[in-house]
Amino acid sequence: MIYLDNAGTTKVSKKVKQAMLPFFDEDYGNASSLYTFGQRAKEQLENARAMVAKCLNAQPREIYFTSGGSESDNWAINAAAQIGARQNKKHIISTTFEHHAVLHTLKKLESQGFEVTYLPVHENGIVRLDELKQAMRLDTCLVTIMFANNEIGTIQPIAEIGKLCREKKILFHTDAVQATGHVAIDVVAMNIDMLSMSSHKFHGPKGVGALYVRQGIALSNLIEGGAQERGKRAGTENVAGIYGMAVALQDAVAEMKEVAARETKLRDKLFTELGKIPHSAINGDRKHRLPNNFNMCFEGIEGESLLLLLDDAGVCASSGSACTSGSLDPSHVLLAIGRPHEVAHGSLRLTLSKYTTEDEIDYVIKKVPEIVDYLRKMSPVWDELQKGERKYAL
Amino acid sequence: MLYSEKVMDHFRNPRNVGEIPDADGIGEVGNAKCGDIMRMYIKVKDNIITDVKFMTFGCGSAIATSSMATELIKGKSLDEALALTNQAVVEALDGLPAYKLHCSVLAEEAVKAAIKDYYDKHNIAYDEEQYCTGNCACCHMHDVHEE
Repeated sequence: MIYLDNAGTTKVSKKVKQAMLPFFDEDYGNASSLYTFGQRAKEQLENARAMVAKCLNAQPREIYFTSGGSESDNWAINAAAQIGARQNKKHIISTTFEHHAVLHTLKKLESQGFEVTYLPVHENGIVRLDELKQAMRLDTCLVTIMFANNEIGTIQPIAEIGKLCREKKILFHTDAVQATGHVAIDVVAMNIDMLSMSSHKFHGPKGVGALYVRQGIALSNLIEGGAQERGKRAGTENVAGIYGMAVALQDAVAEMKEVAARETKLRDKLFTELGKIPHSAINGDRKHRLPNNFNMCFEGIEGESLLLLLDDAGVCASSGSACTSGSLDPSHVLLAIGRPHEVAHGSLRLTLSKYTTEDEIDYVIKKVPEIVDYLRKMSPVWDELQKGERKYAL
Repeated sequence: MLYSEKVMDHFRNPRNVGEIPDADGIGEVGNAKCGDIMRMYIKVKDNIITDVKFMTFGCGSAIATSSMATELIKGKSLDEALALTNQAVVEALDGLPAYKLHCSVLAEEAVKAAIKDYYDKHNIAYDEEQYCTGNCACCHMHDVHEE
């Protein structure tokens, strides 16, 4: 099997798995217990917090452990909205191509009287600072813009956005689920107030994430019932998962340069070779994107068929077609960068990891054109394009 | 698994793919915007569908339902083909996930559209209401998705 859906989830590394094991049947004490055995778990929990904080240039007390990216996004945005509401500021700025964990939270806030401005992300999949500046108002309480997009991998000008928000005294949250462990993050230098991350995107376990909240921001409680996470998120900590995430992040940051260089080389080979397929196009800026993200549209075919045939060929991939999303509309991200519906249905996302080999990439480079060709031959859309009855979009 | 063995078989080895250059009737239903288009070609002799071919742009179940629909109407009379329901296509495929049922409706509509085209070309009277209106919502059975 060739696994190229690392933006979906990643394999837990051997080292991370080993680091987690003792917490299941050796150091299994409750971190809230007084006895030494429990306190040993507590110590490791706090070590993990310090490790995660260091990777972001944050302070340990600014890290809150959660169940993952969606929870972190929900928590951060709702907390910022509460702060805003207290000051009668009920305007939020975001983008059209955020993850649904952000978009659905914003939708809910809109139904509660908040107003949200969704910035366009243009053809390159990157927000424009002047448009952000223009959207800022006296009653803006929050700017939430993702660090890097989950589908097309485009990296946003986070440091510039952070600086602008700090100048205007507006809280800035970033969903960094895809970016953490893949690109360098410095919450201080980048003026980030809140940041969401998820462990399983960088070879850590699933079900664990973290929210960074800059000291001084009044984060509201998420779960009542205990003193865990400074009383803000009750519930006995998943020490194994949390420690696994910390080790995974530490490794990811240590290996970042080397892994990114390798992934970029393989990813660019995919772009070059699969770009030779006629009437295809790269989705999102080719340079300002995550090193492991490949995303292209192939005109005249539909993504789910492509994925099923790739699966038959032993390749795990992803698409933004409506059929893979279980709805009628194709990916909101591809629509946000201006792809017409019929083209967006034919997208392919391949996301690499440090384990991806050149042989695997070469195999995919051989297989994808065969499958695209096969599907085009039975596609009435392709037939119409070829006969000039329909205009090529790509 | 998302799909039954039968669906995967018809997806991997679709029957009757292609076009019939001198078709007696051609029907095309669906909308590229919605992600699925089916085109069906039929040859008719003495009221019997002697040959049928299809081309489909769409997901796995769109291809599988097209393939199965062609199998079910090949060699049948026009009246028998017109009586084909999406339910019959679904049953022949050992079921489809609920959100893929619209593909089977599309297959039924494609058959009807091809027969309607045959009637039109041969000046044979028919009841308009039986046929695809070109409105995707009919097939998708949920959110209206107009141009």
